[in-house]
Parts: sequence; C-alpha cells; structure tokens
Amino acid sequence: MSLPATSAPPLSPPSTGRPPSRRRRADRLARLDLRYSPYLYIAPFFIIFGIFGLYPMARTAWMSLHDWNLVGEHTFIGLDNYVALLSDEYFWNAVVNTFGIFLLATIPQLLAALFLANLLNRTRLRGLTFWRMAIFVPNVTSVAAVGIVFAMLFQRDFGLVNWLLGLLGIDAIDWSAHRWSSWTAIALMVDWRWTGYNTLILLAGMQAIPRVLYEAAAIDGASQWRQFWRITLPQLTPTFAFVVIISTIGGLQLFTEPLIFGNGRVRGGSQREFQTLAMYMYEKGIENLTTAGYGAAIAWAIFLLILVASAVNFLLIRRTAK
Amino acid sequence: MVAASQRLWRASPLTYLALIFAVLLSIYPFYYMIVIGTRSLDAINSVPPPVTPGGAFRDNFARVLDNDAANFLTGLRNSLIVSTVVTVSVMFTSTLAGFTFAKLRFTGRNILLLAVVVTMMVPTQLNIIPLWGMMQDFGWHDTLYAVTVPFLTTAFGVVMMRQYAIQAVPDELIEAARVDGCHTLRTYWHVVLPALRPAAGVLGLLTFMETWNLFLWPYAVLTPENPTLQVSLAFLSYAYYTDYSQVFVATVVGTLPLLFVFILFGRQIIAGIMEGAIKS
Repeated sequence: MSLPATSAPPLSPPSTGRPPSRRRRADRLARLDLRYSPYLYIAPFFIIFGIFGLYPMARTAWMSLHDWNLVGEHTFIGLDNYVALLSDEYFWNAVVNTFGIFLLATIPQLLAALFLANLLNRTRLRGLTFWRMAIFVPNVTSVAAVGIVFAMLFQRDFGLVNWLLGLLGIDAIDWSAHRWSSWTAIALMVDWRWTGYNTLILLAGMQAIPRVLYEAAAIDGASQWRQFWRITLPQLTPTFAFVVIISTIGGLQLFTEPLIFGNGRVRGGSQREFQTLAMYMYEKGIENLTTAGYGAAIAWAIFLLILVASAVNFLLIRRTAK
Repeated sequence: MVAASQRLWRASPLTYLALIFAVLLSIYPFYYMIVIGTRSLDAINSVPPPVTPGGAFRDNFARVLDNDAANFLTGLRNSLIVSTVVTVSVMFTSTLAGFTFAKLRFTGRNILLLAVVVTMMVPTQLNIIPLWGMMQDFGWHDTLYAVTVPFLTTAFGVVMMRQYAIQAVPDELIEAARVDGCHTLRTYWHVVLPALRPAAGVLGLLTFMETWNLFLWPYAVLTPENPTLQVSLAFLSYAYYTDYSQVFVATVVGTLPLLFVFILFGRQIIAGIMEGAIKS
C-alpha cells in the first residue's frame, strides 16, 4: 500500500505571497468550492440512478395500474392487474417453482458452505489461498456458461449424470420433463456457482470471532463440537443472516439458469415445470409487449415477495439464535 | 496450561481429503468444458464418456467463427468494450463520491448517503420493462449504449469506497491539502485517489467480472446481430444445441478472459469479498 503523503506532488505555493485582492478572490473560491463541489461530486451517481433506477421503478408502478402496450396505447385500469394476478394459475405456478428451487438450492448450499468454511477455518491449514481460490472459482464463470455445461451434464441420452446413474442401475431420466428433476438440475447449477461465495463469507465471519472465547471454553474443558455449537454458530448469526438474505434476493430473481436449461424458452418446460417468476415477468412484459402492464404488476409482486421472504428469514434466524 | 491446539479443530488428513473432493467438484465443469470443446462431435456418444481433451479445438473454433447466427467475435469485442468502460467509470465515480461522503461536510450528507444505501436494495428486474421502452425512445435498442450507460455508477461502489476512505485517508491529510490552497478536486486526485488505490482496484475487478457476466438486461435489449458475449453464447446454444463441440469451445473461449483475471488477481478479489462481508 502506498503512502498517500509521499505520492502527492508538491502542492500549490502558500497563498501569503499573493496580492490582497487576488487572495480574497481565492478565499471566496475556496469557500464556494467547499460548499458546493460536494454536490457536484455525488451528482453522477444520483443522475444515473435517477434516470435508470428511480424513474423506471416508479414507472413500473404506474404501468402496473394500466392495460399497457409497450409499443402502443394504454388505458388506466386501477388494480385490475393485481386482482387478475391473484387468480392467475401460471403466476402461482411460477411462485411455487421459484420457492421450490430456492429451498432445494439454498438449504444444502448453506450447509455445505458452513461445512467448507469450518474446514478452511482449521488451524495449521496449508495452502489457504489455493483452497479459497479453487472453491470460489465457479462464481467467476458466467451464468450462461454454467447453464450450457449443466444442460449438457443433464442431457437425457448422453449426459454424464444419466451415465453415472446407469452405472448404479438407474434408468435414464429426462431431467427437463418433470418438475422435481428439473428443479434438482437447476438447484445444482445454482449451488455449483454460489457455494464457494457463501463459504468465503461465512469463513470471514468465523475468522472475526474473538479467539479468547475459544480459549476460555477450552480451559473450561468444552469439547470441540461443543465449542462449535456454543461459540461458532451463535457468533456467526449476523453473517449467516447476511448470507441468507443475499441468497433470498438472488434466488427469487432466478432467471438465466432455468432459461438456458430450457433451451431459451421462457415458459420453462412444456408444462411450465420450471418457469420462475422472473421468467413469467419476462414472458408477459418483454416477450409480449402488449401485456407490459401485467408484466409490471408481476415485477412489483416479485419485489414484495423478496421483501417478505427476507424479513421472514431474518426473523427466523434471530429467533433460532436466541 | 491448555495447549493452543485445544482451540477448535486442527487440519487433519481428512480435512485435506474433504477439501480435495470439494475442489474437484468446483473444477470439474471447467475441465468438462475443455474436454467436449476439444473433441469432435461423435465423441459425445461414446461410452464411457471421454475424460481427456482431444485435438479438435481449431476445427471446432473455426465453426464458431464461421457461424453468422451468433456473431461470437462481435460479442467478445462488445463485452470487452462494455466491461472496460463500465469498470473505469464505476471506479472513478465511486472513489469521487465515496471520498465526498467520507471526508467533506455538506448539508444533507447523511440523508443522501442513506438514499444511496437504500438504492442498493432495488432489484434490476423491477426496472427492466419500462427501461426497455425507454431504450426504444432513445433509439438505443440493440446498441452498446443500452448495456453501458445504466451501469456507469453503482451504489455498492460508492458505499464500499466511502467505508474505505474513512479509515484510509486521514483527516489531517485533507486538512493540510486544504490549508495549502488545494481545490477539493485536486485533493481528490493527488491525495485521496492514491490512498484509495488498493480498494479501488478490488472494486474494479469485481465490477469487471459482474459486467462481463450480466445476462438478463443485455438479453432483453440486444439481438444476436450485436450481442455481448453472454448473449452470443445463449443464442449459440439454442441454435446449435446439437453441435455441442461448437457451443462448448465458444464457452471455453468466453470464460478464459475472466479466468485469466481471476488467476492473476484472485487473492485480492477474495480478500475484498471477505472484508466487505465483515463490514456490512
């Protein structure tokens, strides 16, 4: 890390030598600078966010109250889109799929991450950087690449997974044709990409636990398992909450993996076996521009579901920790 | 006395065994990509499946290059342009705004900072339908503007740089520069930026990887005529899903730039992610 003081070039000469009038002007400029330039420096963020974040968000809300054609007319219909959503079986199908894949992916993933983080947290482990990098590397790959590779691994006729199952005497499975099998394949893609990331976050949390706690427990004769249950896990609660909420936000927006798994068809399987909420929104709002208002209502529904699910998860973790 | 080794578990041969197993699982799909991408098409049907790379890389890649439906090279070039521009812009705007929030005093600072933090929670999906319409209005449909301009700043970057600036840039240094008649922008450039360099580097790496891997929005707003790499890969896989060798060799080549970055800077990237987790 470089020392800032040494890398700074000579600053402008002290102002004492200047004529009084110029000095007054310089003072005034300096005051103006201190007062107003901060706004200038944060302006780029707020301008970009205003145009491409806040405005579209409000517009999504506005559109959701209309029968809106993205390339044509629109008429105000109040909450009709939301009412229609409540009795839309495809919407509820997508809700079930999204939460199903989310649970199927997240629970094993967090357990695996906890296990791996605990391995990496052991004393006298050699090659720590190598292990961390090797476990994290799937996260560097693009989702499109992950989708392509896993679609191939789960291919019915010559995919590796079916070949391995064949060795065990199990008949080839048409992974994309059933609900449970497509969910499993998609959940595995998510897990492959995100377990390493969550491992690192949990490891960071473990390393921040004060060592004296363990030393005190060891003096009291607490076994290593007991230390894990009584010290590591409770101390890890905030980190765990962070990981769970990040996974919830990502999981409820799942889009690319099921899309590529289904060969680009946004309906996700012939009977919509694995169409997620994000895919349903895409189908209604972008693929069919005439139903953009309905798509906008789905977008807000996803956002609300994320908020509710995050809050529920947060409370659950807080309660279990107590 | 209690030996230090009483503290939690020590690494044992079993630890290494479990880690090796985990690493094999995380590396295998990459290896599989290379195996299929470097073999001719009929290797796929062979039983047992092939486990070593073959020599058909050039053949397969030539088919990718000849393929007008996916415009792979255009995608590669577009992704390099977009990721570079976004990375440079995010690094610049985040360090400037982060320094401002950390070290300068101005009315409304806290409420504006809170606004930045809140914006981190807005998912892209909430925006894409009207954004799509806006791109039509701007005439940005199927252009690189559509996938660059909305990403030129990030709330994450501003917050990360602010956290870092608080501890990395001593107030005395800013004060000294000011007494010497330094304009705040000069202070930023000559005093603050050098001090923020390590963290800005990590932010740059994370931004580059994230931009390179963006999918949903580019997919919605670009066409196979002028795609980013990810969009090109997706269309390649839909159209040629029987020519696995071709799709896989494109996937290998499309993954290499990021793997290269990761092998060079993985240590810093990982340190950045782990530090970020503790602070938040």
